[in-house]
Amino acid sequence: MREAAKFGLMLLRFLNPIKLREASIAIAIAVVMMLCGARSAEAQDTPLLSGGVAFLTSTPGGNTTYQPLIEPLVALPIGQRLMIESRAVLLESFSPSANGYQHSHFVGLTYLQGDYLATPHLTLVGGSFILPFGTYNERLSPVWINNFQDGPLIVGLGLLSTGTGVGGELRGSAIQTSKYSFDYVGWFSARSGNMQFNSERSFGGRGSLYLPEQRLEIGASYDRSLQGTQENFYGIHAWWEPKDEGFRLRSEYALGQHAQGYWVETDYRTSAFGGLDSWVGRFEPLFRMQQTFRRDTVVSDGVPLVNTQRADFGLDYNLPHNTRILSSYSRQFSSTGDENIWETGIVYRFLFPAWKGKGL
Amino acid sequence: MKAKHFFPGLLMVAAIGAASLSAPMGHTQAAPPAAAQPHVDQYKSAKKAPMDDEGTRVFAQNCSRCHRTPDGFSPRISGTIVRHMRVRANLSAHDEQVLMKYFNQ
Repeated sequence: MREAAKFGLMLLRFLNPIKLREASIAIAIAVVMMLCGARSAEAQDTPLLSGGVAFLTSTPGGNTTYQPLIEPLVALPIGQRLMIESRAVLLESFSPSANGYQHSHFVGLTYLQGDYLATPHLTLVGGSFILPFGTYNERLSPVWINNFQDGPLIVGLGLLSTGTGVGGELRGSAIQTSKYSFDYVGWFSARSGNMQFNSERSFGGRGSLYLPEQRLEIGASYDRSLQGTQENFYGIHAWWEPKDEGFRLRSEYALGQHAQGYWVETDYRTSAFGGLDSWVGRFEPLFRMQQTFRRDTVVSDGVPLVNTQRADFGLDYNLPHNTRILSSYSRQFSSTGDENIWETGIVYRFLFPAWKGKGL
Repeated sequence: MKAKHFFPGLLMVAAIGAASLSAPMGHTQAAPPAAAQPHVDQYKSAKKAPMDDEGTRVFAQNCSRCHRTPDGFSPRISGTIVRHMRVRANLSAHDEQVLMKYFNQ
């Protein structure tokens, strides 16, 4: 007994508080997986493991950084109405320094939330969730979805420095007809200094109107930081994807207390030469235009400190088996100096059951 | 050319280019869009399901708006995927059911 206590003390010294927190999260997820596993093994709601594995290179101003990364996502349905889902990122970064290359690594949870399908029009979300401001953070930030490697210059506007909230969301489809639909999200976040679940005390919401015949979505976002210097952020977005034409246009404008900006992104795939799965149809040319405007030089939002304009020209290639090759060239103009940015990468998206179930 | 003239010009050229690329496509539908193809068949038998118009519509309007169609996935996780999409894409309960039927074809 005494030896066991001694071993326990040694273990506690070895595991610092941060590791203990991570271990407790992992144990909690494992317990939930075990609890829901037996029931769901025969159904179509087996827990899934998805995500992306990528190797990315970025060369701004002639210096190349290499970045292998994994973004796993796990979704665990429990019963008919509950689900727990989480996404994490594990990356290693190799960047040039005076003595050759130095490397750093990062491991962190992007979000860990519980979803409860309360009514046909309302879902309750609790935990650490991705802030639904604009469209990029919630929809396009996964490495296996984004057409470009890096996010827009204005991505920090409205994300309150962390991009996640710890609290709750009310969300769902408010109304849906054959002519239009309207969906909404309203959220509140508490202040959290936890390393994995860092967030600011804040609240906000987003509403989107979708016109299915025109394939047009327009929406507006708002959030407000409720701690320190309280600031408001406003955003609007418009997405257009004409039916059966392989063309997509996405755009966002965001306004903060100290800066504002916009981005417009287009991508296109042709099916004119043997369909989307022909070698020509797998090419995907991209273009993104971005501009940011400073209102003052108070650093609070991650937007460049001087007015910046940037054009991104990309060419992706969609290989079979959920693999994509990304490449882009960007030219950035600002008063602190113009810059060329070259980026390449390969991304594999995986999607499979978390374990082998029965039946089906 | 100054940057402030360069970018609006670039945007205009891109818009015209995109419009000219997408315009002829309405007449040359050589193949159905990726979203119109059932995507759980990788793990299923050789049985090919008939197209479900409503399911195709829901998939194209909600899932394909953000990401490309995955090459395939196990039918054992189709319910989990649909529930994930219900939350992430704010699907209505009706669209959730339609999508589930579409995956089960």
